[in-house]
Amino acid sequence: MSKIKNAFKNGKAIIPFVTCGDPDLATTAAAVRAAVAAGADLVELGIPFSDPTAEGPVIQEASLRALEGGVTTDKVFDLVRELRQDVTVPMVFMTYANVVFSYGAEKFIATCQEIGIDGLILPDLPYEEKGEFIDSCHAHDVDLISLIAPTSHNRVAMIAKEAEGFIYLVSSLGVTGMRSEINTDLGAIIDVIRQNTDVPVAIGFGISGPEQAAAMARLADGAIVGSAIVKLFAAHGKDAPAAVGDFVGSLKDAVRDL
Amino acid sequence: MTNPNGRFGVHGGQYVPETLMNAIIELEEAYNHYKNDPEFNAELTQLFNDYAGRPSRLYYAEKMTKDLGGAKIFLKREDLNHTGAHKINNVLGQALLAKKMGKTRLIAETGAGQHGVATATAAALMGMECVVFMGEEDTIRQALNVYKMRLLGAEVVPVTSGTATLKDAVSEAMREWSSRMDDTHYCLGSVMGPHPFPTIVRDFQAVISKEIKQQMLENEGCLPDAVIACVGGGSNAIGSFYHFIDDPSVRLIGCEAAGRGADTFETAATIATGRLGIFHGMKSYFCQDEYGQIAPVYSISAGLDYPGVGPEHAHLHDIGRAEYVPVTDDEAVDAFEYLSRMEGIIPAIESAHAVAYAQKLAPQMTPNQRIVITISGRGDKDCAAIARYRGEDIHE
Repeated sequence: MSKIKNAFKNGKAIIPFVTCGDPDLATTAAAVRAAVAAGADLVELGIPFSDPTAEGPVIQEASLRALEGGVTTDKVFDLVRELRQDVTVPMVFMTYANVVFSYGAEKFIATCQEIGIDGLILPDLPYEEKGEFIDSCHAHDVDLISLIAPTSHNRVAMIAKEAEGFIYLVSSLGVTGMRSEINTDLGAIIDVIRQNTDVPVAIGFGISGPEQAAAMARLADGAIVGSAIVKLFAAHGKDAPAAVGDFVGSLKDAVRDL
Repeated sequence: MTNPNGRFGVHGGQYVPETLMNAIIELEEAYNHYKNDPEFNAELTQLFNDYAGRPSRLYYAEKMTKDLGGAKIFLKREDLNHTGAHKINNVLGQALLAKKMGKTRLIAETGAGQHGVATATAAALMGMECVVFMGEEDTIRQALNVYKMRLLGAEVVPVTSGTATLKDAVSEAMREWSSRMDDTHYCLGSVMGPHPFPTIVRDFQAVISKEIKQQMLENEGCLPDAVIACVGGGSNAIGSFYHFIDDPSVRLIGCEAAGRGADTFETAATIATGRLGIFHGMKSYFCQDEYGQIAPVYSISAGLDYPGVGPEHAHLHDIGRAEYVPVTDDEAVDAFEYLSRMEGIIPAIESAHAVAYAQKLAPQMTPNQRIVITISGRGDKDCAAIARYRGEDIHE
């Protein structure tokens, strides 16, 4: 069991996502610290991939900006080493299977443990393919986070039973990106999850602000906010950390008394 | 060749977002049902024969044979199919399957536009809605095919993400499918992507090698010594190889697009230059950098301009059953002109890659040996680009 459960100890969790290296790694580091100071309970660090098939335009564009800026997996590892000098909240990587596979899965996951990464979210690694990385993850105490989608239906129980860290419940069909409303009957999915595991559930995809974060946090144990944060980097560039801090603070305030 | 988990050796698999898993499981179940359904197969055969114009001819290229002075050369004329390429085989199969599954809308990716035109054609025929994703670069390079798709009633969506070419069109089609699965089938154009697509597309294209085998046995009384086809994702090649995989005397040769050379960065020769990776739903060989970022690829042929290769080809390469050779732009353009003048047949620039390698191989073989080259498509679409390549500007 990794430290991820700590993120869900203090009420509902707010989980911000940032694309590492957009616009540069120093800005990413400052933004993570600002988010944590504002109450982020767990941070998702995106290692950019050239062809992110599960992302909408906002994160696609951030990934390209980061790669054009020269970010690599090794540079992201160095960023985490630097952050871990003072950042104590759990942190997970979110990236694509090829980034892990091509680095050498064992080497990548062993490095995660060494630098203090608690989990791995790989949107193109469904239940059927997790054998690709699961042994290395278990050997190095890195949780391989399971995703459950509105279309999972008969698969929810099977996935939940083997889930570790937390469950990433995808709010809507399609790709990441802000939505004006979320219509999926998430309550029914969460009921099935709860019957099969004690692992906490965080909802992501399409959460655009404090009101939606609160609505999702009422249903689950936490809310993941990606595109709405990444958009702040597009708008503010190197000045994004302050805006990220303010925004994460507003998200945390919205869920504090739930 | 497919094991139950959709693996070809270590290749293949189902590396897709959870959102899509039930859709591909549903597709696999439907396919496993209908592939053995006599009614489905009768309908598909009728479409192949009456609509697409199958069986396609196996033509003895006598002049080319004499000119090269070696093995007898036969051309498998997939260019004579309706819509001008082998793509229609797969599309008719998938569209019929989708219709049986109750889907009313087809989406597809396209590079040069051949698969997009074929999908738009099948959608028109079967009364289905159709949306085709095409890299913005390619919509400009292949404006005529964009017009054809619209004429056939399809919506063409220019893709601006990434490098705005074929791989980005695939990514965008996957994204679209993950947002709308209930009424929509993703009609993937090659033997790639997550299981069951590499198997489904292969099975629909395998009609090519089934016919070659029959035609060779009837006309020549023997199997060919070599079958040569171009490989991008690899659908016409696997279709040409499939019924010969268990005939070890038949050399199977896939011609990859080397662009300006397999030793340059401007290449799309995946097996020659790529590494094992996971992308677009499958494990296979991909052109990528040391950190697994997918490399921009280049070929004069928009249909071979893809940074990966189908998982069954990767496996046939691993076990040494098929050979994969790089063919450059220059060689392909020479072959495009050679076949036009020698036999009066203008091949697609993709197919010209296979012709180019046959030109090298045939003289090394003897007159009692036989080569089959699959002419996967016709070359009308390429004339303007080849003219430009030769420094001549023509208006279509």
